[in-house]
Amino acid sequence: MTSIQDAAQSLLKTAIGLVPARWLPGGSPDPLMQKHGLIGAPVSRLDGALKVRGKARFAAEVPMQGLTYAALLHSTVARGRIVALDISAAEAAPGVVFVMTYRNAPRMASPALMNTKPKAAGTSNLPVMQDAEIHWNGEPVAVLLADTQEQADHAVTLIRVTYETAPAITDFDAAKGSTRVPANILGEPPSIERGNAEATLVQAAFQVDCTYATPAHNHNAIELHAATLAWEGDKLILHDATQMVNNVAWTLSQIFGIKEEQVHVRSPYVGGGFGGKSLWNHQILAAAASRVSGRPVRIMLPREGVFRSVGGRTMTEQRVALGARSDGKLTALIHTGTAAMTPHNECPEQFSFPARHLYAAENIMIAQRVADMNIVANTFMRAPGESIGTFALECAMDELAEAMQIDPIELRRRNEPAKDPTSGNEFSSRHLTEAYGRGAEQFGWEKRSATPGARRDGEWLIGMGMATATYPYYRMPGGAARIRLTADGRATVSTAAHEMGMGTATVQTQHIAERLGLAMDQVVFEHGDTALPPGSMAGGSSQTASIAAAIIAAHDAFKAALLKLVGNDSPLAGLKPDAVEARDGGLCSSEEPDKHETYVSILRRAGREELVAEASAPPPLEAQEFSMHSYGAQFCEVRVSEITGEVRVSRFLGSFDCGRILNAKTAASQFRGGIIMGLGLALMEETHRDPRTGRIMNPSLAEYHVPVHMDVPKIDVIWTDIPDPHSPLGAHGIGEIGITGVGAAVANAVYNATGKRIRKLPISLDKLL
Amino acid sequence: MNPFTYERAADGAAAIRLVSDNRQAKYLGGGTNLVDLMREQVERPKLLVDVTALSREIEAREDGSVLIGAGATNTAVAADRTVRERFPLLSRAILAGASGQIRNMATVAGNILQRTRCTYFYDEAARCNKREPGAGCDAIDGVNRIHAILGASPSCVATHPSDMCVALAALDAVVHVQGPGGDRTVKLVDLHRLPGGRPDIETVLDAQDLITGVELPALGFAWRATYRKVRDRASYAFALVSVAAMVDVQGGTIRDVRLALGGVAHKPWRAWKAEEALRGRLATRESFAQAAEAELADAAGLRDNAFKIELAKRCIVATLGDLIGETA
Ligand SMILES: Cc1cc2nc3c(=O)[nH]c(=O)nc-3n(C[C@H](O)[C@H](O)[C@H](O)COP(=O)(O)OP(=O)(O)OC[C@H]3O[C@@H](n4cnc5c(N)ncnc54)[C@H](O)[C@@H]3O)c2cc1C
Ligand code: SF4
Repeated sequence: MTSIQDAAQSLLKTAIGLVPARWLPGGSPDPLMQKHGLIGAPVSRLDGALKVRGKARFAAEVPMQGLTYAALLHSTVARGRIVALDISAAEAAPGVVFVMTYRNAPRMASPALMNTKPKAAGTSNLPVMQDAEIHWNGEPVAVLLADTQEQADHAVTLIRVTYETAPAITDFDAAKGSTRVPANILGEPPSIERGNAEATLVQAAFQVDCTYATPAHNHNAIELHAATLAWEGDKLILHDATQMVNNVAWTLSQIFGIKEEQVHVRSPYVGGGFGGKSLWNHQILAAAASRVSGRPVRIMLPREGVFRSVGGRTMTEQRVALGARSDGKLTALIHTGTAAMTPHNECPEQFSFPARHLYAAENIMIAQRVADMNIVANTFMRAPGESIGTFALECAMDELAEAMQIDPIELRRRNEPAKDPTSGNEFSSRHLTEAYGRGAEQFGWEKRSATPGARRDGEWLIGMGMATATYPYYRMPGGAARIRLTADGRATVSTAAHEMGMGTATVQTQHIAERLGLAMDQVVFEHGDTALPPGSMAGGSSQTASIAAAIIAAHDAFKAALLKLVGNDSPLAGLKPDAVEARDGGLCSSEEPDKHETYVSILRRAGREELVAEASAPPPLEAQEFSMHSYGAQFCEVRVSEITGEVRVSRFLGSFDCGRILNAKTAASQFRGGIIMGLGLALMEETHRDPRTGRIMNPSLAEYHVPVHMDVPKIDVIWTDIPDPHSPLGAHGIGEIGITGVGAAVANAVYNATGKRIRKLPISLDKLL
Repeated sequence: MNPFTYERAADGAAAIRLVSDNRQAKYLGGGTNLVDLMREQVERPKLLVDVTALSREIEAREDGSVLIGAGATNTAVAADRTVRERFPLLSRAILAGASGQIRNMATVAGNILQRTRCTYFYDEAARCNKREPGAGCDAIDGVNRIHAILGASPSCVATHPSDMCVALAALDAVVHVQGPGGDRTVKLVDLHRLPGGRPDIETVLDAQDLITGVELPALGFAWRATYRKVRDRASYAFALVSVAAMVDVQGGTIRDVRLALGGVAHKPWRAWKAEEALRGRLATRESFAQAAEAELADAAGLRDNAFKIELAKRCIVATLGDLIGETA
């Protein structure tokens, strides 16, 4: 990402001359990298019981004195301006406290776009309710506060708005006719050419050249987007559902022209983020309405409100062309295409990222374009780019294997690169062929018939497919952690990180306990609050590694501070921080473990109530040295009705290579959850936008389909568990890899069952009739 | 949602009086459809008269028929022993619909009178002749994957979404109605209207008419029956196409047949033409296919739903094939 790279570059300068981080060449190795104890154990989520009992308080549940409830009115046209506005009936309705439109909204700066500044959280840089202009169908045009939610929901329907419409681009098919090259794709170049792929392609012994299409998706986390907020003088207190507390605080401070410290954001629990819980109009409008009205505000978007004012995954059209020699080696790999975007955001959907790193093709051509549309700004959604990019790339690999009459896994094996094919960097840790092998064995891949349509059970045709999964390793710069040890020998570790149900807090509690030599119930992990040392955003599957790096840095500082306290009477006297490690509630000499003193004893002798150490994580230089990714192999068996075209997934297995697995239970849930979301992407998920109006026509979970229990078979997940020596704790991200490759694995299985290639998602039954 | 008052009626007559006195009153069943539509501002009643407690019995009669109270929940009907023994088709159809939670709330009358899932009907920003006669229909050239292929009009291409009603149509069910002028019965197949020029008028009932029950006439023993539903996910989705089929086959010949389709029209679609084509014919795949062709001869597809024509044909053939077996 731009900001990440910028930050990394600038930090690079300061880092030169410093001791390299423990996971970089030349750094002193982290003893925990290989240690098996709490790390890796299948610990149940510490917040599980709280959540089951309804005791974990989410953003829309925080009580406040004199609270008002907000409702938004959304535009019904895609582009144009408001020419008449009648709020009198709404203002007169029972319980109404305040109605805000562009006419009386306070002046606010436009949100800074995410990735343009280190702490920017904006999903669009359009001004928010500052003028009469309309930019997408669903844009909020009024916010209404009332004493109850019911009163607000009713009164907002009484507002009358008249629009003068202007021509709008609301049809992707039409928008594709005029595209542009984005400045960059998350900091990477939009196009890459190695050799001459087009020329090689036409000469290749085997060729495939196909176009794939993927639809728009909307975010549908269980917890709706919500915030409860109040102004205390010039200070904004915001209880938000967000995956980026620090970024939300900074961006809001810019919007309202106040200092960052004047915005206090809390978000201890989030009911699912998936990339959608950043800064959208609703928080800004609620804060503005609260400021003007002087009343605390709760805003919880109804499901339709999320569809209308929160963006999701965008539409793409992708071309993948592959040329191979008769030995199966790729001579040409082309991955190009267009994603729908808006002129007001920077989210070009990095569908070409997998093709940059996956296969050893001699000639590579990558090119991404965007088509501007008048729609709600699209945004990150679980493995943005990679989820649908692997659909195209991995379907094309299957088509090539078919054309060459070789096993799809064998084709991939023959193209396993020794170095990153586009950057030329060494891989830090890549055991993909092992993941293929173990997955194939456990799944029973050898039972797959190479001939499509060969297996059936009554009207049901049975097929198997596989695809590669891949997702980059990211570690966000700027995170810090604080360790506070108290006289009772307990520790609290704090960082403004995010627990969105993935198990972040549980895994870091395991990590801290192991690192400090304490039991899990002796440590507390504090998170989700801008009053804590800054965390990094929970995005890009980066949080676990980012937090771990900050904790490791804080722990180094902690050991140094503790050793300063020990004095001459301690068994630890004279030892350097590098020569001690944590064990049994204290420190001991690494060389002579019997030289040990407990934390309680050290603090007591020093007459201290507590010891506090805080440090920031070193910059993520590892990702510049090495090509770093999570990998996997997805295996799928489907049954397709010959009569109706209905597709049922009957078996699924994901075999992953994601560095070291830190908690077998929460990791399995992440993989499975990703795969389930991938089944939705493959078979049913689709935002229906009316091409004439740009209006989303299925803004409800009744008509916007995600998998229900009956759509989900037993899903096996296995992993290599090989630590990456070049990442904190040896871990890679696991939150997004699960969804990648699933679309292709299903499509390839459908082909194997029926002989039909479906290149347009979702694979709905009409495409198979 | 607009403010409204809620009342529970003491009996049928009282309910009718309440609704007759207030032109903006509506009967309330489980509310799973009506309350949703109130949230969307599509329905704006000022008074809801809860009639769920009035008639919940399921009466198994000696003559083999069953009378189901209008307030019986979908779950209760599907689980009822007599219904399962005498009319397993009905149980199957009900269980193919919605979710366990919704079926626990939904009533028989409410299911019959539930309104279309046309997404333009739900969206106040769209033009819809059903919501506002004469406004136009945005679905005809819009997103219309779930819309009708049979019996539609230039005014409206919406479908009736019920599964239960498809089975009721095949079972020759009779709806019992109590109105301001007294009691009467209406055959289920005659209850719903095709859209014509007035898609806002969906049934032959008046606003004050109260459904009190549904009667399932006794069947002979020879019937074999089943319900097949095709949808976009394995459960919890409305039918793209569904088929309720009953056959009476003897010696390889179709003596009698009843066939109804769901998801294809503004009403549960009794496939009279296909029945006609099948009666007396040999039970062969060829005669099934000819019957399906006959039924769908007038079908018309829109931008997104033309596939339903082929899908409906295939489902008819496959369902009959499953019931009868491959005779030839
Ligand atoms: C998410 C979702 C999925 C669904 N999926 C399916 C599906 O797959 N298949 C399916 O068949 N259905 C499905 N349904 C629809 C469901 O079956 C209906 O909502 C339900 O049957 C309506 O019954 P109710 O008692 O709740 O009706 P209500 O909502 O209470 O009423 C519906 C209408 O009936 C009228 N009414 C009620 N009782 C009487 C009476 N006694 N006399 C006269 N008028 C009366 C009301 O005035 C109202 O107009 C689904 C619904 C939802 C919300
Ligand atoms: S199809 Fe019928 S219900 Fe749908 S918009 Fe048209 S008129 Fe309204």
